[in-house]
Amino acid sequence: MAPSTVHFVILAALLFGIGAAGVLLRRSGIAILLGIELMLNAGNLALVAFARQHGSLDGQVFVFFVMAVAAAEVAVGLALLVAIFRKQQAIDVDRLAIMRW
Amino acid sequence: MVMAVFVVAAVLAVVSALAAVSHRDPVVNVLSLVVTFFCVAVCFALLGAHFLAAAQVLIYAGAILVLFLFVIMLLGAPQTANDEARRPVQRTAGLALAAIVVVGGALLALTMQAVPPAAPVGSNAHAIGTAMLTTHAFSFELVSVLLLAAMVGALVLVRRKQ
Amino acid sequence: MLNLLWLVLAFPLAGAVVLLAGARRFTHRTTAAVGVGATGLSLLVALGVLASYAGRHGEVVTQTLYRWIAAGDFSVEVAFRLDPLSAVMLFFVTFVGFLIHVYSTGYMHDEPPTAFARYFAYLNLFMFAMLTLVLGANLLVLFVGWEGVGLCSYLLIGFYFEKDWCAAAGKKAFVVNRIGDFGFLLAIFMAFKAFGTVDMAGLQAAMAADPAAAARWATPIALLLFVGAVGKSAQLPLYVWLPDAMAGPTPVSALIHAATMVTAGVYMVARTSFVYALSPTALLVVAVVGGLTAVFAATIGLAQNDIKKVLAYSTVSQLGYMFMGAGAGAFTAAIFHVFTHAFFKACLFLGSGSVIHACGGEQDMRKMGGLRHHMKATYWTFLVATLALAGIPVFAGFFSKDEILAKVFAAGAGNLHGYGKVYLVLWGLGVAGAFLTAFYMFRAVYMTFFGSFRGGPEAEHHLHESPGVMVWPLRILAAGSVVVGFVGIGFFGPRFNLFERFLHPVAPGVEVEGWHAGPALEVGLIALSVGVAVAGILLARRFYFGPDAGAIPARLATAWPRLYRTVANKYWVDEGYDAAIVRPTNRLAWWLWKGLDTVVIDGVLVSLAFFTEIAGDLLRFVQTGNVRNYALMVLGGAVAAAAWLLL
Repeated sequence: MAPSTVHFVILAALLFGIGAAGVLLRRSGIAILLGIELMLNAGNLALVAFARQHGSLDGQVFVFFVMAVAAAEVAVGLALLVAIFRKQQAIDVDRLAIMRW
Repeated sequence: MVMAVFVVAAVLAVVSALAAVSHRDPVVNVLSLVVTFFCVAVCFALLGAHFLAAAQVLIYAGAILVLFLFVIMLLGAPQTANDEARRPVQRTAGLALAAIVVVGGALLALTMQAVPPAAPVGSNAHAIGTAMLTTHAFSFELVSVLLLAAMVGALVLVRRKQ
Repeated sequence: MLNLLWLVLAFPLAGAVVLLAGARRFTHRTTAAVGVGATGLSLLVALGVLASYAGRHGEVVTQTLYRWIAAGDFSVEVAFRLDPLSAVMLFFVTFVGFLIHVYSTGYMHDEPPTAFARYFAYLNLFMFAMLTLVLGANLLVLFVGWEGVGLCSYLLIGFYFEKDWCAAAGKKAFVVNRIGDFGFLLAIFMAFKAFGTVDMAGLQAAMAADPAAAARWATPIALLLFVGAVGKSAQLPLYVWLPDAMAGPTPVSALIHAATMVTAGVYMVARTSFVYALSPTALLVVAVVGGLTAVFAATIGLAQNDIKKVLAYSTVSQLGYMFMGAGAGAFTAAIFHVFTHAFFKACLFLGSGSVIHACGGEQDMRKMGGLRHHMKATYWTFLVATLALAGIPVFAGFFSKDEILAKVFAAGAGNLHGYGKVYLVLWGLGVAGAFLTAFYMFRAVYMTFFGSFRGGPEAEHHLHESPGVMVWPLRILAAGSVVVGFVGIGFFGPRFNLFERFLHPVAPGVEVEGWHAGPALEVGLIALSVGVAVAGILLARRFYFGPDAGAIPARLATAWPRLYRTVANKYWVDEGYDAAIVRPTNRLAWWLWKGLDTVVIDGVLVSLAFFTEIAGDLLRFVQTGNVRNYALMVLGGAVAAAAWLLL
């Protein structure tokens, strides 16, 4: 028996959930960005699975673009992290609560 | 045989993802994530998206995570102190939400028909290349502009004020 | 020439706009040129239009300017209607209006230039509104003019608005008019509901086509229209604004409160005569109100000492006569009296203005006297006009008043609609009123122009005849008071009554069946009304002329002091209205303000703001500033959106 679309989507859901938990539960900026990357990957996996199911190539092209965008986003995110580190000598995002009431 | 490969890759992916998300040491996080990305690349290959599998390894494992490592080294592998104010509401809500996402996604997946994937058509890289440069040419160009913007943005953000 | 009809309205409107715009910069001469010029041009165009119309034998000419309202099936055009009735009104409104404008340049000369310009602007605006009223082809355009003259009346009565009592008089006129206007509006709504149109011709056709509906709706519509007339034409019980309106400049009283605006009610009744013809009840109400007002106002006029107030009550009384005639079905006779009344009443008011001007602003007749030596032209014109008002033969008022009395008597003797007795009583009231009219008018004449001057030596030095611009209109109007009566001689039968023949197609009277006055009876009735008038004159002469002038009235006043005080205080009507209506309304308004407005309405607004504030206070807790919280919210929102889309 070959793995079908359902298997891949369930895996993608798992990975997405783990990534989400990482984003929401960790205090370090790096960990949050890693979680985001994980979520993106999960999405990619689901996309490719569905593309394969429908026999269309558009999903894979989409995934390629998502990878490019993820790369760009990581670059900017890490640059932000560096700037924050310069300011507060730590990458604890809980210390960034300036925009509060 | 294919199923066995899939199961191994899936289990490894989940385990290393958990490690990537929960370990204290950021270097361990990143390296675990590399393993996860490799497993996802295997899944891509199983799905017949060979080009994407290669791209995944190249871009994600090879470029993005390396960048992560650079920044971690630059910042001196900082770790966050865990004794500051815990946020019970945030933790509970976060866990709950993540659980909802997983369960919801799984349930949704299960309601779908288990259609075996169709056979791939021709060389994957060739097909994707053609598609990108003809049907999706506009998006292709836009993404290059986006990358340029990201580069400039990153440079601007880290510039020290003179 | 007939298609220039709209110019008659356009010139005064343009004059008003120009004068209002340039009020601060114009000199007296410019203002007079614009104001009088606009009215003069209007008069010329009107005369031209009438000359073209003369050969049309009473055909109805309509000029439509544009479509004003278009809502589904219902449409109203701004349209003007020229027929014999509006032709008559058009003539004397523009003619008398022009003369009064000329007179005003002299009378208002002492005003500062801005006030002078303001006065002529309002006067021109009034001409525009009055002409709109007269020429309106449908009830809505007529109502626009109706409201417009009310507005100008308010503006002009309160012309000296720095004085509290003048401003109050203007306000009173407007408010009382409004009550009448409310009835008028209800009538328009009813006409539309019942017949689907407010156009005069259309309404007449609709009522002819559906007699059953016409019979049902005629009485309420007619009565409501009459409510409007009661307000505008100062009949019982809404006459109270007219005497107070004397606070305005005298030419205003002449134009608005004698010749034109107050006659709008009579015009409107004649215009809608086809409605009244179908409702005996409404006709009776009109006649009764008119007759009672005629006598009531005449009694008040007996004890007034202000010359303008005497004329004001006289106007109310004469308007009562007009409605009495209309109520007896004699619409042409009523309009004829409107026509003659315009000339001699305007002449009387302008003459009183001349007198007041000479006496340095004094209006109390007890401080006048012997003026006929100092102001010959004013005296003779005033006398001629008084004779016309009293109904002495040859003068115009005789023909018109007599016509009304004859028609009312005919309605009584011929038992019109079964109300014969009522009409006979009204006729008796009319005769009594003629006596009183002659009496109090000649009382005024004797007190003002005869005897010796009672105003003090200083004022006596200033007595002089008025300048030419004021005297010539007096002369022209006095000549008119003599001459215009001849177009409506009713004695020789309808064939010789030019006026009646002219107006017959549009305002046919309600004829009494089966009864016709023989020549002997007619002569007898004329002799009675003339005799009564002469008796009034003689009694006034006995009381107010000669060495012991004023002695007998003084004795009578001391003999019955309460009666005298009641009459002199206008039967305390104003005080009654004040206590019964004005004060409670003020209290209600005060309560609505304090209780309703500040507490409830302001409270609602304040609580809205209060709730917004509280909501804001609660919502700000969402902005923790913590990045992870925000991430949680974003993810939560995304999951919710995805769930909504997928499920």
